[in-house]
Amino acid sequence: MKEKIIHTHRLDYLLIFAYLILTIIGWISIFASSYDPDKFTKFTLFNLNALYGKQILWILISFTLAVVILILDVKFLVNMAIPFYWLTIILLVLTLVIGTIIAGNKGWINLGNGILLQPTEFAKYAVSLVLAYLLNLPAFNLENKKNIYLLIAIVVLPTLIVLLQNDAGNAVVFISFFFLFYRLGLPAFFFFLFFYSIVLFFLSLLIKQYVLISIITLLMILSTILLNKNRKAILKILISWIFSIVLIVSTNYVFFHVLKKHQQDRINVLIGREYDERGSAFNIQQSLVAIGSGGLTGKGFLQGTQTRYNFVPAQATDFIFSAIGEQLGFIGSSFVILLYVLIILRMFNLAEKQRSTFSTVFIYSTAFIIFVHVVINIGMTLSLVPVIGIPLPFVSYGGSSFLAFTLMYFTVIKLNMHKNEVL
Amino acid sequence: MKNLHIYSYRKYVLASLVIFIALVYIGKLFQIQILSDKYKKLAERNSVRYIYEYPSRGLIYDRNNKLMVYNKASFDIVVVPGDIEQLDTNKLLNILSITKEEFLRRLNLAKKYSRFQPSVFEANITEEVYSKFQENKYFFKGFYVQKRTIRQYPYFTAPHLLGYLGEVSPSILSQDSFYLPGDYIGVSGLEKAYEKELRGVKGLRVMLVDVHNRIKGSYKNGALDKKPIPGKDLYTSIDLELQMYGEKLMQNKRGAIVAIEPKTGEVLALISSPYYDPNLLVGRDRAKNYRKLAQDTINHPLYNRATMTKYPPGSVFKISNALAALKYQLIDRNTAFSCYGAYPVGGGHDIDCHIHPSPLNLPGAIQYSCNTYFCYVFKHFVDNNQFPSSREGYMVWKNVINKLGFGHPLGIDLPGELGGNVPDAIYYDQMKRTKKWYANSIISVAIGQGEIGATPLQLANLACIIANRGYYIVPHIGKAVGSPQNVLSFPKIDVDIDSSLFMPIIEGMEMAVLAGTATIAQIPGISVCGKTGTAQDPPRKNHSVFIAFAPKNHPKIAIAVLVENSGFGAEWAAPIASLMIEKYLKGKVNRKDLEQKIMNAVLTNPYK
Repeated sequence: MKEKIIHTHRLDYLLIFAYLILTIIGWISIFASSYDPDKFTKFTLFNLNALYGKQILWILISFTLAVVILILDVKFLVNMAIPFYWLTIILLVLTLVIGTIIAGNKGWINLGNGILLQPTEFAKYAVSLVLAYLLNLPAFNLENKKNIYLLIAIVVLPTLIVLLQNDAGNAVVFISFFFLFYRLGLPAFFFFLFFYSIVLFFLSLLIKQYVLISIITLLMILSTILLNKNRKAILKILISWIFSIVLIVSTNYVFFHVLKKHQQDRINVLIGREYDERGSAFNIQQSLVAIGSGGLTGKGFLQGTQTRYNFVPAQATDFIFSAIGEQLGFIGSSFVILLYVLIILRMFNLAEKQRSTFSTVFIYSTAFIIFVHVVINIGMTLSLVPVIGIPLPFVSYGGSSFLAFTLMYFTVIKLNMHKNEVL
Repeated sequence: MKNLHIYSYRKYVLASLVIFIALVYIGKLFQIQILSDKYKKLAERNSVRYIYEYPSRGLIYDRNNKLMVYNKASFDIVVVPGDIEQLDTNKLLNILSITKEEFLRRLNLAKKYSRFQPSVFEANITEEVYSKFQENKYFFKGFYVQKRTIRQYPYFTAPHLLGYLGEVSPSILSQDSFYLPGDYIGVSGLEKAYEKELRGVKGLRVMLVDVHNRIKGSYKNGALDKKPIPGKDLYTSIDLELQMYGEKLMQNKRGAIVAIEPKTGEVLALISSPYYDPNLLVGRDRAKNYRKLAQDTINHPLYNRATMTKYPPGSVFKISNALAALKYQLIDRNTAFSCYGAYPVGGGHDIDCHIHPSPLNLPGAIQYSCNTYFCYVFKHFVDNNQFPSSREGYMVWKNVINKLGFGHPLGIDLPGELGGNVPDAIYYDQMKRTKKWYANSIISVAIGQGEIGATPLQLANLACIIANRGYYIVPHIGKAVGSPQNVLSFPKIDVDIDSSLFMPIIEGMEMAVLAGTATIAQIPGISVCGKTGTAQDPPRKNHSVFIAFAPKNHPKIAIAVLVENSGFGAEWAAPIASLMIEKYLKGKVNRKDLEQKIMNAVLTNPYK
């Protein structure tokens, strides 16, 4: 019996539908963001000179490859993990050497004809695959500390290369794997530590250091009194007290000597310390103005004055959500957020139902990667997160990003079709 | 994998985290899109530019359609701070001849007002500055030339009447959204009284601009655009020739002349001396000239002495006193009082009188201006038995006086009109610390001295009341707005005194001119009725006061003249009034000697 090529009844239509809606909204927003009535004489969908034309091209390529993934033998996906990982590492190193610098970071390879490839996007896909592969191996035991270090190294390696490319944004994205580790049993402590450090960092910038140190000391003393018998606890409190002091005191150094000027600016803007209307604060202000002026229902397609007259910088890429906010208003922008929530939670749901660890890990990884992108990108346009340049999945203009996300997304759908199998 | 099962509860933690962050973001969206309209406003400011077109201000004509004020083109430099790009500051400093500090100060003021609306940076630039600026305007992105109009006065006349323009004040800016900083507004006179009609409506074009400030088209397809509407012209009742003639008569004297057409209440001339060239308060030197005028504390040239000062009216007031008594039938034409040179009050406070035949009836008392007579009239009224007390009697008397236009502003269409002063009973209660006081203790009121204060306008208005035998139209200068046919209407006020009661008054006033204290006022062929007044102003000389109307029947002009610190009513005020009447009724003056004498007189030393 000839097997069906695609068991269409096993496709997750919810995810596919959500994907299509986001893609359409994204493409329309890119169109609106790059719309210049002066240059707009004849409308051609495939106008490769325009962003929307290029995006259509990448969308079509991605659709094609998506179908390919669905047709592929699932085993191929499992087995290609490690080679694919090394391929992306090589590409990343290559980019460091012969790459083109765009927007301050050297993360692009020019394939000619204005077509740019960004290996970093595929690195996220590759790391997800490799982690899934390793964790799927029956012999892979998480009690063995060496294995844990291996997992971390797999994530850290591309992160370092990306940092060398000067792309702090994408480096941050690799944090998404730590959410995966958390699900796998990484003590929550590390997360607390991470968030605690960030909070302390920001607080040290806002409050005088000696005040902060006094407060922390007071809290430590208080907790010592409350847990006076437990020696182990006291030791932990002591360690965290020292850790906090070190962190607070080193804030200044880190801020002024480790962070770059534009990163300092962005943080300053976020905490409200600086307001240079033409400088770093400009992007945020314009973004807020665009979104805020959308009101309940938005100004309508192509009617967003801020978008139309190019007030929001990078409005087709990093700040595309501003265009959505302005044109579609509260209703539209909340809808987009909820759509992402739907996709992520759906993926959580599917991940738990997989028989094979490979699928679980991979689906979770994808969900977290999407989560981190959305949180940072939209947070940035709303001035809740410092400006970090990363795209909004399926919506921002960017061929490599759209393709990589599509591949990951449909890999998830493909894996889910085999949810009852051992891979 | 084992761990996946052990830690399966963590899926809930992760899901909660996702939902939590989504809610926070949606909350933020709600805050900036729904709760706050700050961003909506910022969006509009971001992308639109407001271009204003100033209309021409309404012109002002006299009653014979002679132009009293017209407009001249003037240019301001305005700045839109948000448009400034790569400014060649030094060049601009040079062209405008200002220091860097001044430049920054003005720029900060403009920024504080608005980044995207224009503010006046330099007003009334000279032609030289204009051409230099226009040549170099590409270096001054953000600065533009704005065409405006300023006032020009063809004649050196009537500055108090016409008023002047000034920059609109911050308090008005916050109340009336019609004005932008740097706009002109009428500050005094007719310019202020008829501001709304004269100012027209600014034209507006709202243009969409992109982030580089290039104009991309009309905002909302011109839905907010407005064409400028020119100001409406004002047609006044002033007789320019008469006005200028009176000003010449009053040169080198301090005082006022008010001439009204009794039947209509139209002001024919309103003169306050000393005065100044209205062109001084226009243009670049306005502030400097204003300071100079304001600092002249002897002459107070900026005060409108016709409406903004109160003088003791002196004997002119006796007429109102008489009218009150006539109304209450306390006296009639034939009531007579003897005068032996003074009215006895006692305690050294007798009211002196001058030499004249005695006894006098009412017309005679007016003719010879007998103080004693009117003191008796006042006492007769206030201390009369029909009132429960003198205090009550005074209040009734005061009521009549008020109806005759005293003690309150008349409502002329000029800002800042004072109401003179007629104290109410409480004032005297407090002064005398008792409610039991009598006519004699306030007797100087009877002859227009003491606490009584009146503006020359009120005196002229009194003349109108008598001329009309019992009513007046609220005096006004504006006749029509927009076109001569669009006539304004003003209320008619009846003073509640029977017209027959005016007969003895008029008789007296006619006799005063024919054979009494005001013979100087006679004009051949015209029956003039008048009343002199000599208002004491110790330690200075008396004010010379005179009211009149002519001709006696069907009067065409009522007039009041007051010359500060110059002597008897007949010395200066009466001849001036008479010359004015002659000029108006005959068109020219034949008594050249008198005219010369008056014009040449210098009476500005009050202590001589």
